[in-house]
Amino acid sequence: MVQERKDDFEKKRQKFKNLNNEQLNKKFWELAEKIVDPLINMADEYTSPSIERSVLLRMGFDSLEAKAIVNKINSKNLLGKGAGNVILKLAKRENMDIHKAGIEISDGKFDDSLVNLFGGE
Amino acid sequence: MDLKADEKIDIEKLLENIKDYKPKRKGWKWRPKTQNKKKVGKFTYSDISDTLLNNSVPLPSASYFNDIDPQPEPVITTEIASGRFEDDIRRMRMAAWHGADHLMVIRTAGQSHYDGLIEGTPEGVGGVPISRKQIRATRKALDMIEEEVGRPLNFHSYVSGVAGPDIAVMFAEEGVNGAHQDPQYNVLYRNVNMQRSFVDAAVAKKIMASADMLQIDGAHNANATARDAWKVMPELFVQHAINALFSIKAGMPKENIALSTVPPTGTPAPALKYDLPYAVALRELFEGFKFRAQQNTKYITSDTREATVLHVLNILLSKLTSADIQSTITPDEGRNVPWHYNNVKAVNTAKQTFLGLDGLNEMIELKKDGYVSEKARELKERAILFMEEIINKGGYYKAVEDGLFVDSGYYPARNGDGISREIEGGVGAGTIVKRDKEYMAPVCEHFGYNNLPNEIEKPCDLIGGCTLHDHSKIKYIDELDASDNVEKRLAETKEFRKDGKIKPEVEWAGDGWINVTMLLPIEKRIANVAGLEIVKNMGLKNPEVIHSRTMHPAEGTLLEVKGRVDFSIDLDNLEIPEVEENLDEDIIRNEIKNNPMKVVAATVGNDEHSVGMREIIDIKHGGLEKFGIKTKYLGTSVSINKVVDAAIEIDADAVLISTIITHNDIHRTNMKKLNNLCIEKGIRDDLILVSGGTQVNNDIALESGMDAGFGPGTNGTDVASFIVKERWKRKGILKDKLSEVKEESEE
Ligand code: B12
Repeated sequence: MVQERKDDFEKKRQKFKNLNNEQLNKKFWELAEKIVDPLINMADEYTSPSIERSVLLRMGFDSLEAKAIVNKINSKNLLGKGAGNVILKLAKRENMDIHKAGIEISDGKFDDSLVNLFGGE
Repeated sequence: MDLKADEKIDIEKLLENIKDYKPKRKGWKWRPKTQNKKKVGKFTYSDISDTLLNNSVPLPSASYFNDIDPQPEPVITTEIASGRFEDDIRRMRMAAWHGADHLMVIRTAGQSHYDGLIEGTPEGVGGVPISRKQIRATRKALDMIEEEVGRPLNFHSYVSGVAGPDIAVMFAEEGVNGAHQDPQYNVLYRNVNMQRSFVDAAVAKKIMASADMLQIDGAHNANATARDAWKVMPELFVQHAINALFSIKAGMPKENIALSTVPPTGTPAPALKYDLPYAVALRELFEGFKFRAQQNTKYITSDTREATVLHVLNILLSKLTSADIQSTITPDEGRNVPWHYNNVKAVNTAKQTFLGLDGLNEMIELKKDGYVSEKARELKERAILFMEEIINKGGYYKAVEDGLFVDSGYYPARNGDGISREIEGGVGAGTIVKRDKEYMAPVCEHFGYNNLPNEIEKPCDLIGGCTLHDHSKIKYIDELDASDNVEKRLAETKEFRKDGKIKPEVEWAGDGWINVTMLLPIEKRIANVAGLEIVKNMGLKNPEVIHSRTMHPAEGTLLEVKGRVDFSIDLDNLEIPEVEENLDEDIIRNEIKNNPMKVVAATVGNDEHSVGMREIIDIKHGGLEKFGIKTKYLGTSVSINKVVDAAIEIDADAVLISTIITHNDIHRTNMKKLNNLCIEKGIRDDLILVSGGTQVNNDIALESGMDAGFGPGTNGTDVASFIVKERWKRKGILKDKLSEVKEESEE
């Protein structure tokens, strides 16, 4: 935890003495980049229930449907495949329309066979 | 459904067919502005927007300047959230007429932690539950209001909490034009898990960008949290940078990213000494981004006057530096959930101050060297040291966990009182999931790894189109709660909106609140109690002291006490006086030509005010003389005797007296005296007696024996029209003449 400490700015600022205003601004943004890069990389690699709901909203599900479907897919540990992907794959396999596939997932119709979509057991 | 200026917006009608409504347009709109100077009325402006409004309410004193209503260059924001969107819509319309073009709705308490979209229109607390129906109805209303005022209106709310991406999609679909989005806000002030917040944020931002929404960050909240707000200045740069850069990397264009910045301190501190170097440094570091200048909320109290002055100073700062958006805080922010007229007041304060400061930077310039630039540099260096510590600690998440942020020390000093959050803690902890190699999302505008097949043109081709490209694919939910919804509330307030029952309101239709201002000649402690009794005795319910201020510890206390009116006035029982239509100017001129008229005019008593009287008679001001009426002006401080003598001498048709000073009711006294003297001299029937002045109105004048009285804003035509009609009346030919006039105008 950060402890209480005095302002030693005058000492610490010595290292900036030879930087002009532009160099200082540049340094500011270089450091910002170092802080932000790991954050954006993580965002690139991860998803979340909210993100997957947003995918389903964009696919034309309403918010209640989206929530129920994502919860179900998450409970089957398939969120990492993408909820839209799961629905699409199921619709293809079962030869039904996308909306129906989504609703039937949340109804539990495919509780046992969802995992098989991805060749997993 | 079109709006008419003299009709209330029909909320019931607005909600009809709302399930099929599609927003007129999407994306943020700035006020148009070219470099050219612009002439409005008698003046040339340097910094105003190119366009004037079709419909607006100008500043009060515009009445001295031909009612001009120039619009400053920055977009002006007002924040609205009474908990009932149906009432907020009416408030938005008022604010838009006064010059607001950024309407922001605050969310209801608790929405941040709601994992999904709220549907329907339940009543909110301290804000509105943001749902599709609420957003769609409000956008629909704004689409109409923007036609009415003749300027695009930006609608704005929040993309935050644990449902950021859901909300971003809904906003993009429904034509919301701007939103707050800053994962740091979730982390520091809503205790939402930090990893979840950042992962969600990237997706939300990309979607916002796709709909050309403007983003505002959340850094200003650190000001409002820290006890000594100016000490967090170095950290504010860091927070702005993190969100700004993260947004760019998520796909948002720089010009859609606005920094929310508040002058960190307030009076009686020497505010500008802190606020100016800070604002300068910020604009140097963040060149190319937009600036949303917010007004200070932290250092205001229940004193609305003090708040207003502080907010004027804040706008001076915007003017000395820059502001793309000028946000406003209502002057009653320090005492209650804002009342709608205070939104209007705040917007007026912004408009007024900007106009008054027009061209400032052509006249003065900030010094390049010296205090401001030294301080600005110091702030930047402190911010850089802050960022170095974040990196040394192992990155942003670790630094937050260690409590580096929102500490009340002036960095690098620390007081050990920062806000600390666990990396694995908070709402939504442990909910993010790593995307597999096979991860795929068959929709457009999706941020992050996405294993899409190669052959497609756009991702949603896989599913035959997504809602961002095909509005008809959106699934609309109307209501989920049969008892808590807008239709129920509207039924309860219908009589006040539609059936001619009049009741005061400050937030909601029919809420009944009014505010009573009084001075009690006693100390504050006692005044607070006595004030409540007074308001109770006036018959008001739920009285509450909302402001009290010592004038002197023994001599007096100023109080503002609110209370509720529990009755309403029936429109049908009111006798509304007919508006007197003036005769056409040509008709007056013609009548005077055929039947000349002479008047005596004077300011009476010991009154030296001449401006108003001259306004009424002088040809150069469009006064009586322009109709050919002969006027004998006697000057100021004229006795009533002299006025009557002059009237007899020239055989006048009318006498006009101005009486501005009203001390001891001297205006009434002089009017009565004039009437009595004329009766005494036997000339009352031959003279039309007219009075005027700041405190004069027709009722007072009639009570005091005059034939008419005129107050502020009167012009010569009003008076000429009256005396011509009055002469017809006395001749018994008024009716005939009026129908003659009517026929002529119909031809
Ligand atoms: C300018 C002014 C002055 C000037 C007057 C210069 C001049 N030659 O007229 C000076 C500086 C001299 C002055 C002095 C004083 N003033 Co002075 N003054 C004002 C001020 C700032 C503006 C008045 C004005 O010209 N308005 C513009 C005109 C166009 O508006 P108007 O007068 O209302 O007239 C319109 C209507 O009322 C109507 N009307 C007026 N007369 C008539 C007559 C007829 C027949 C009709 C049909 C219509 C009509 O039509 C006019 C056009 O629309 C006002 C404050 C304010 N901002 O209103 C105070 C004000 C009028 N003054 C006030 C006072 C008290 C004084 C002094 C007594 C102060 C003092 N103790 O010394 C002295 C007066 C001394 C004296 N013996 O008369 C008070 C009056 C309060 C009251 N109701 O009793 C005011 C309201 C300020 C205040 N809030 O205290 N003043």
